[in-house]
This record gives sequence, C-alpha cells and structure tokens, in this order.
Amino acid sequence: MSVQTTEYTVSEIRSPAAFITSRVFIYGALVFWSFVCLFPIYWTITTSFKSAVDVTQGHLIPFVDFQPDWKGWRSLGLSPDSIFETSTVRDEFLKRFMNSVITSVGASSLAIIIGSLAAYGLTRYRYHFAWFKNEDISFFFLSQLILPPVVLALPFLVLYREVALLDTRIGLVLLYTLMVLPIVIWIMRDQFNSIPVELEEAALVDGLTIWGAFFRIVMPIALPGMVAAFILAMVLCWNEYFFAALLTSTDAKTIPVMVASQTGSQGINWWSMAALATAAITPLAIIGIALERYLIMGMTAGSVK
Amino acid sequence: MAEQTSTANAWPANSTATDLIPPGRRRLGWALMIAATLGLLALIVMQILYKTEVDTIGFYTWRPVVYAYVLWGVALGAWQVLTRGEDGQRALFLLPALLFTIAMVIFPTLFGFYIALTDWNLSSFAGRRFNGLDNFWEMLGDPYYRNALFNMVLYVLAVLVEYVIAFGLALLLNAQIRARKFFRVVFLLPLMLSPVAVSWMVGKSLMEYRFGPASTLARHLGWDNPAFFSNPITARISIMVLDAWTFIPFMMIMLLAGLQAMSREVIEAARVDGATTWQTFWQVTFPLMLPVSLTAVILRIIFKLKLADIIITVTSGGPGGATDSVSSFIYREYRDRSNVGYGTMLAMVYLIIIVVFVTWLLKIASRFVRNVN
Repeated sequence: MSVQTTEYTVSEIRSPAAFITSRVFIYGALVFWSFVCLFPIYWTITTSFKSAVDVTQGHLIPFVDFQPDWKGWRSLGLSPDSIFETSTVRDEFLKRFMNSVITSVGASSLAIIIGSLAAYGLTRYRYHFAWFKNEDISFFFLSQLILPPVVLALPFLVLYREVALLDTRIGLVLLYTLMVLPIVIWIMRDQFNSIPVELEEAALVDGLTIWGAFFRIVMPIALPGMVAAFILAMVLCWNEYFFAALLTSTDAKTIPVMVASQTGSQGINWWSMAALATAAITPLAIIGIALERYLIMGMTAGSVK
Repeated sequence: MAEQTSTANAWPANSTATDLIPPGRRRLGWALMIAATLGLLALIVMQILYKTEVDTIGFYTWRPVVYAYVLWGVALGAWQVLTRGEDGQRALFLLPALLFTIAMVIFPTLFGFYIALTDWNLSSFAGRRFNGLDNFWEMLGDPYYRNALFNMVLYVLAVLVEYVIAFGLALLLNAQIRARKFFRVVFLLPLMLSPVAVSWMVGKSLMEYRFGPASTLARHLGWDNPAFFSNPITARISIMVLDAWTFIPFMMIMLLAGLQAMSREVIEAARVDGATTWQTFWQVTFPLMLPVSLTAVILRIIFKLKLADIIITVTSGGPGGATDSVSSFIYREYRDRSNVGYGTMLAMVYLIIIVVFVTWLLKIASRFVRNVN
C-alpha cells in the first residue's frame, strides 16, 4: 500500500476541494506579495511622469487617471526634448552616476582579486603566522563583517584628511573593498572547497607552478562563483550611503548621497525626486533581473551543506 | 626534480624546499626586506618630525607614507618568495588581503580608541585635548544614547517577525507552482534597491500624510489619522517595516535554498505515516531547517545592527529620538554637533557591546543546533 501512495504526488491524495483551496491560497499569497514588492516601484516610476495636481490627488494609473508628462525627466535634463540641450542638473547627475559606477566597480574588482587569492590560499594550504593558524585567519577576515560602519567612519574621516584621501573616489574604493571583502572571502572559500584538489595535483605533476595552476586550472572553474561574489559586492557598494555621506562633499559624491540631499531641501519636487530615484535604482534592478541566478548563488554560498 | 616531488602534494604542512634555495638569493631577500623596513620607518620618523615642527624636511600630507606601506608590502612578498621559495609563493596568496585588512582595520580602530579618549569638537577652536574617561562618564548619563540602544533591541527583535514572513515566502516559492522564476525575481527585487531611494519611495512618498497611497489605504481601513512618523510607536514600526521590506528577500533566499536542499523522501515518509501538513511542517521541515534558519537570522541580525541610512533619511531620528538607531544617533552627533571625540566613544562602546552580543549569539546557536540534532 505504501509503495502505491509514494508514487503519486502529495496533492493528488487529498480531495479536490482541499486541493483547490490550497491552490487559491498559494497563488493569492504569491500575488499579494508581488504587489507589495512591485507597487512602490510602480508608484515611483509613474510619479516621475506626473504633474503636481496628479500627485496630490493620488492618481495612480497613467492615461486613465492622468496624462503622463516628461516633467520629472525634463527637470533632470533627461527627457526627449531636453536631452540635447545643456543642463547643469544633468551634468551633476551624470557626474554622481559615474562616481557610483567607478567606486562600486573598482571596489568590487579589488575585493574579488585579493579576496579570491586569500580564499584560495586558505582552502588549499596550511599557514602559520606567529601563533595564527588557518582557522584564526579565516575568522579574522569573516569577523570584519560585524564591524559597523559607524566605528570606522570617524577615525577614517581624520585619517583620510591626513593622507589627502577625503572626498576622493580612491578613498571610497578602499573603504568599500574593506566592507565587502569578508563576503567575497566567504563565497570564494565555499567555491574553492567544491573544486577537487586532484585537478591541481595533476596540473602540478604536469609542471605548472602553483600560481600557474591557480590561473590556468582553478580560476576558469571558479568563475561563476567570482561572478556571484562580484554582483553581490556591486549591490552592496552601489547602495552604500553611510561612508559616502560622511567622507565625500563635492567631488566624489555618489548617487545615494545625491538622492538623500534632495529630500531635505527645497520642499519636495515630487516628479524630479521620482525621476532621480528611478534613475538610481534602474541599473541594479536590471542587473538583478538579468543575473538573478548568480545573486542567489552568492547569497546562499556556505549556508546549505 | 627535487622541487617537483615537494610540490606533487597540494597540502604540504611544511615542505623542505627552503634547503634548496641558494644562499645568495636568500641574502638578497633579507637585504631587500631590511632596506624596505628601514625606508618605511625612516619616512615615518621624518614625517613625525616634520609634523611636530622639529625639522623642515617632509611632506605636506601623510600620503607618501601610504605609498611607502604599499612598497613595503611588495618587498615583504618578494622577501617571502626569495627566502622561502615554494612556501613563500603560497604565502603570497594570503598577503595582499591580510596587509590590506590590517592597514584598514587595526590601525583605524586603535586610532579610534585614542580619539574616544579626547575632547575634540571640530567646530571649536580648542582642537584635540586628552581627557581620559570623561566621554565615557558623559555617555553613561546620556538618555538619548540609552534610548538608541533600547531601540536597537526592538529593531533586532523585529528580525523574528521578518523571519516568519521570509519562511512563509520561502515555503510558497518551494510549493509546486507555475512561474516560479518570475515570482522569485519579483520577491528578490527590493533587496537590490538602494535603501536611500527606498526611504524616499516608500517612507516619504507612499507614506506621505496627505495623499500617499499608503495613507489613503489606511484611511479606507478606518485609521482616521494615518501619521506614520509622528507618534513614537508608529514611527518605530514604520521604520521596521521599511527595513523589513528591503531585507526580507535576503532571508527568504537562504531559507529557500535550505528547503530545496532538503530531501523529499523525508517529507514523503512522514506523509505515508499519516502526518498532516501541519504536523509535517513542525515535526520534520522546521527541525531540519534549523541550522539554515540560524545562519540566516544571525546574518540578518548582523546587518540589522548596522541599520542607519533609512533612519537618517526618513526621520533623522525623530520624533524626539524615538526611532534613532545607535549608528544614526552617532552620525548626527558628528554631523550636527561636530563632536568627534564623544561620538567616537559612543561608537567604540557600541562595537564592544555588539562583539560580545554576537559572540554570545554564535555560542548559543551552536549549542542549540547540537542539542536538537
């Protein structure tokens, strides 16, 4: 008897009524949560096309409730009719945008390079630095994760002024690298652990040096893990606000600082704020949707054995 | 040939390759290392003398010392390879990350402990003045800092609610549904958005008192006066909701991975034995998911302890400090009052508190998992 029941899926055993109820509940919950996730994004994007009246009356649906207009995007200098004219706001925005791109790509790349090397070393070799063994070194790296930004922020403010790194992109890159390094090491350690040692042993027998074996044999296999770590690091760096707000003023300001500085001043220009917020979240939303597989891989590294 | 035999095993505890290095090469390595160290020390001494105005030769900023440290790191690597051969090459994997982290963490933290013991306000002319533990005594009497710590307890407790929701969502995504990939991407989306943009999108616009859709909805549901941020309790809950909205996907993904890694046979076996869905969940799924759950919750708590940007941008700690987290409180201590010495003391005390707390949490968690399994 038990043999027979295991061949059917669980849902078929129960009555049709119970089956339908559970389906309705599951899809209802799924749709509800999708709404919770998507509505704020929908609201922001549509608000960037609204005029003042449409905002204050809470109109929701374009073309039905209100006539869309390029107002928000024009104030950023990014609407079709203003894109070829000179616009100081657009120049400002593009400068911040480039700062964000450079700092997050730079920091993620640096973290991937030094983090992968360290993770590889820690999974393959035994180290003794004074009384520190592998486990202690790993713990040292991972423990950086609990260090709250606020602890480092003020000392860095003072130190960066002394070494002339305040308000520079390099200064931010270094700090962001520090911030994501534990996560990169965590992911890459998991990745290298899953690669059999025999591959490198064979390569070494064939006459490659240990660094040759790393670059020619291990790296290509570990590439998906590197992409995963890179994307996760990108997300964290792009969204970082605390350090950027404290350590930059004019030259190296990033997008989140620009968004935050607009909310306080000058009342609120709904449409231009909405356009700015949309522009700030779009790059990552696209990356997230396109490379979702890698993001999930990065987040679940090491958590499931 | 001899080298090959020593490298054939990728796990040598102590290889004997050092014996094969010619003494000339080893001497070169040591010379390089000593020269680099002396150079770095000389530069630091020169810079200290210049800054304390003992002599006039030196650089305007400390930047050259940073370059010197990088060069010293390179020399250290070369020294390892020259004197220890194969072992040195192995050390080279670890050195960049190690030198980087030490320079970026140890030195600033020690420096931070020194700043914490000074009376230093950037807006006053007096400059830095050592004042021992005065900041610490001042902190003990500071009701706002105590309030911020209390808020952190509340915010950390909110993680449990997030965990329940995240578990529910993970179960939904793990059910036999169509368009699973679509729902997964949609559920993941909030995590990608910058908290600052989210604070504006949700906190300042959706929850806008007069015409925000969330307020309109609340009015329809019978809440006459939906002021999300004016009353201390609702303001705290609103901040928790905002933060939960961005971070629930993080726990959800980890729990989903745990559910998918679980073997179907166990669940089928429980059903065959006549367990109801409810019983299967509590007796089989939940205990099996405990290790993953603990990892997810602890990671989430670690992130929660850094909570700042949403509070800074939405409420700036208001009303009356009711929503302040420790980080946002210290941020304002610095930004608005330029009180570097006192702010750093608060931050250092916070660091000690959370190191103790997280260590305790990890210990409890490992004991818990061992007892259950």
